[in-house]
Amino acid sequence: MSTIVGIEPVDGTPAVASTIESASLFRRLLRRPAAVVSMVWLAIVVVVAIAAPIIWPHVATQNAGDIFDVLKGPSWQHLLGTDSDGRDVLQRLLVGTRVTMLGVAEAVLVTLAIGVPAGLTAGYFGGRTDRALGWLTDLTLSLPGLAVVFVVLSIFPDSMLAGMVTLGVILSPYTTRVVRSATLPIREELYIAAAQVAGLSRSYIIVRHVLSRIVGVVIVLGAIYAATALVTQTGLAYLGLIVRLPAPSWGGMVGDGIAALTNQSWLIWPPGIAMTLTVVAFGLLGDSVRDVTAERWSVASVQRPSRRLARPVAGAVVAPPVPASATDALLRVENLTVAFGSKGSVRVIDDVSFDISAGEAVGLVGESGCGKTVTAMSLIRLLPGDGEIVGGRIVFDGRDLACLPEKELRRVRGSEIGLISQEPMVSLNPAFRVGWQLALSVRTHDGLSRRAAHARAVELLRSVHLPDPELVARRYPHELSGGMAQRVAIARALAGEPKLLIADEPTTALDVTVQAEILELLRELQRERGMAILLVTHDWGVVADLCDRAVVMYAGQVVERAALTPLFREPLHPYTRALLLSDPHNALGGDELPWIPGGVPKPGFWPQGCHFHPRCRYATEACRQRPIPLEHPADARQTRCIHHDRLHHDQLSVVQ
Amino acid sequence: MSDPAPLLDVRGLTVEYSRGRRRPPLRAVDGVSFSLANQETVALVGESGSGKTTIGRAILGLAPVMAGEIRFDGEEITHARHRRRRELSADLQIVFQDPYSSLNPTRTIGQTLSEVLRARARPSRDEVQERVRAMLEHVGLPADAEQRYPGHFSGGQRQRVAIARALMKQPRLVICDEPTSALDLSVQAQVLNLLRRLQQEFELSYLFISHDLAVVRYLAHRIIVLYHGRIMEHGDAREVYTNPTHPYTLALLDAVPVPDPDLQQRRRTTRLRSALTNTPPEHPNACPFAPRCPHVINHCTTSRPSLDTTPSGTLVACHRWRELRSSNSTSQALGATN
Repeated sequence: MSTIVGIEPVDGTPAVASTIESASLFRRLLRRPAAVVSMVWLAIVVVVAIAAPIIWPHVATQNAGDIFDVLKGPSWQHLLGTDSDGRDVLQRLLVGTRVTMLGVAEAVLVTLAIGVPAGLTAGYFGGRTDRALGWLTDLTLSLPGLAVVFVVLSIFPDSMLAGMVTLGVILSPYTTRVVRSATLPIREELYIAAAQVAGLSRSYIIVRHVLSRIVGVVIVLGAIYAATALVTQTGLAYLGLIVRLPAPSWGGMVGDGIAALTNQSWLIWPPGIAMTLTVVAFGLLGDSVRDVTAERWSVASVQRPSRRLARPVAGAVVAPPVPASATDALLRVENLTVAFGSKGSVRVIDDVSFDISAGEAVGLVGESGCGKTVTAMSLIRLLPGDGEIVGGRIVFDGRDLACLPEKELRRVRGSEIGLISQEPMVSLNPAFRVGWQLALSVRTHDGLSRRAAHARAVELLRSVHLPDPELVARRYPHELSGGMAQRVAIARALAGEPKLLIADEPTTALDVTVQAEILELLRELQRERGMAILLVTHDWGVVADLCDRAVVMYAGQVVERAALTPLFREPLHPYTRALLLSDPHNALGGDELPWIPGGVPKPGFWPQGCHFHPRCRYATEACRQRPIPLEHPADARQTRCIHHDRLHHDQLSVVQ
Repeated sequence: MSDPAPLLDVRGLTVEYSRGRRRPPLRAVDGVSFSLANQETVALVGESGSGKTTIGRAILGLAPVMAGEIRFDGEEITHARHRRRRELSADLQIVFQDPYSSLNPTRTIGQTLSEVLRARARPSRDEVQERVRAMLEHVGLPADAEQRYPGHFSGGQRQRVAIARALMKQPRLVICDEPTSALDLSVQAQVLNLLRRLQQEFELSYLFISHDLAVVRYLAHRIIVLYHGRIMEHGDAREVYTNPTHPYTLALLDAVPVPDPDLQQRRRTTRLRSALTNTPPEHPNACPFAPRCPHVINHCTTSRPSLDTTPSGTLVACHRWRELRSSNSTSQALGATN
């Protein structure tokens, strides 16, 4: 066998990703209208702050303007009117911008310069450093903020710098706290440990690994503080504490406006609007910069999965009674097709058919991304995100679940079809006792009294062989071990006496000894209650342990269906065969493990023809041209491969 | 078993985690000793809570060592200072289990790989670039991976990046902490083959931490089976796998379902049903496995078994290993004739 390791194609990631990376932060900001508008506004403010005092140097010292023209509204001569001393409002607004913006910048810089390093240090080093900094933070927080500013301003009268620096210091504990709590979870990330093991210095790790992750938080904080500083500064200027009159500032102008409010209500509007727009611009720009920074490295257009129910197939509102078919299958899935995205643009499950008889255990096998879980969840129409059943039938006990009204389907879920998942803890509410949650499930199914439901809950816990079920019922989920939690989840699934249990990787998160016990329990339930099991798994050993038959899936399709022994002894699809061979159980020590080059293609990037052909050693031209149908090479066997006889021939030489 | 100068020598390692003032500290690792030779792969096997990951972290200075000694290349590094640790990073590396959390999502693959070289000497930009490209090729990643972010890669590819990062400074010992347990079967095979090939190319030693005995058997020369922080059995990989002596090793091997329906059915019927409890024993000197052991006798609950050497060279911590070994071999002989 060759020792060269195959180079995986970077599967399914379109070239768009790299264009996103290459564009600069600024360019990407330009694609957001909110960011553009706020940047334009802030740019105007900055230009004005620089230019206005140069253009109208006299305004800062102007005590009075045209005393015969006071408190006038907007006119051609004075575009924004005049104030109570007859000075031009527009000029004062523009000239006052500089002092206002300088003040904001001072406060924001000071609070970030103190708060960010302090928060990073406290969060990263923890222990004594954290406690000492926490103590300092609390001390600062306990000071009456504005009073301190007043005291400082009484020592440095009319000093914008002193006032704003003090404000920055007063605000810094909030920064410290937010940055610290943002740092704590990142401190626990494995890549921090990896960087330490790589011998990188602490300052490098803090700047490059921690700060780079929390930069979004810092930007948003900065925007909030800019707005806070602007408003606070306006208040101080209104009180005449930080700007020596007659120099203009936005706050001072608001003060003038309020003083003249009864005579001329117009005066408070120009500085008020300028302030509001600037505050909004800070907020919008902060949010945009944060989003754009994250967009660079996060995978584009990943939609948050929201648990929304799939709509039934269009037009099929009334569920027609399904005639009993020749086979006595409990569940029969016919040509099931599931798609995601708007208008069902991306198929994730393509033409899947299989059936389960009463009391039978069927394994749904494949690697992640093959559509096993989506298939299982679509049976009870619990699809994540905007997933939708776009075709096919799901016949369960004489009804088509694909177009059953939601109300009736709810009765099927839980009572006729039970579900257990890989993470039993997630399915239990941490705030309630186990017994209470189980009793609730019992009551929704049976309508029993409280007392009877509790007794039934304990009985269910006993039936899954939990030692001391009374005690377990009084426990909270976090007090259970993983194996116990999975038993509780199974007990809950049994509450409605289901005919079919969907078990989605029920033992993947468990230790092998616990896994063996859970599989034993499932087998016992299957035997004693005649319960059918659909077991979703990637572990061949688990399939071999529990199942009677197996359905192998690859890239959204069923590629092989067979009873267990023939499937393991003589797989008739190259994917099944390769996957069985790559199991290290079958490997003889010393040899290279047989492997499949590449990875499972993502939905939307399935190749033409056979989905497996790019990774298949048997692939020929015919495999690439058209979709491959399921063939029936033998009784009760199906394979989606046109070369299954070649495979058959090969096996004779492989099997010892 | 170990040659005169082992690369790594761990003696009586004990790690305790504080659990607050009210509760006694949690002893995650309890007097563990083993050594690892050059270019050897030693596997630490056990279930969750067995202390296998903690041992790896203690060697790297990421876990608090309460007692014992860790020597690397003859040098005592148990409580090495921050500065010495940074120097040691050239020789001692790790690949973590979770390829998603172990790469910083905000850093490109190129940045992640090249920053490792900046830790001590600062090679020129061209040299760094050269070495990053060469390493990407070694681990089977496309050259354009350098410019991309971890978010654009699958789990298997990310694990290749993590392996590349560990090998950038050409270390002598790599601790592999369940490097394939988050991966799919076919990808796991790719990564295991890669680890094996790189071991020869870079003359590496591996401390391989895993719960999967099949993976371990494939890769390791020696296996150490841990339970509640103590060594239960320690020996040649093939010997431990095919001829286990300790009841815990036996239970562990029996619990793993094999991908063969008929064989699995036979195994299932003969499997011992172990007790459900997983609580540590009450007596401080008891064998930790006593509460679950099917062969437990009174002596086990009051006296801690020592690590004895069996005739095949395996070390076993069990009071009854002699009886069990003879009964095991008879039952195996019976199984072979059936």
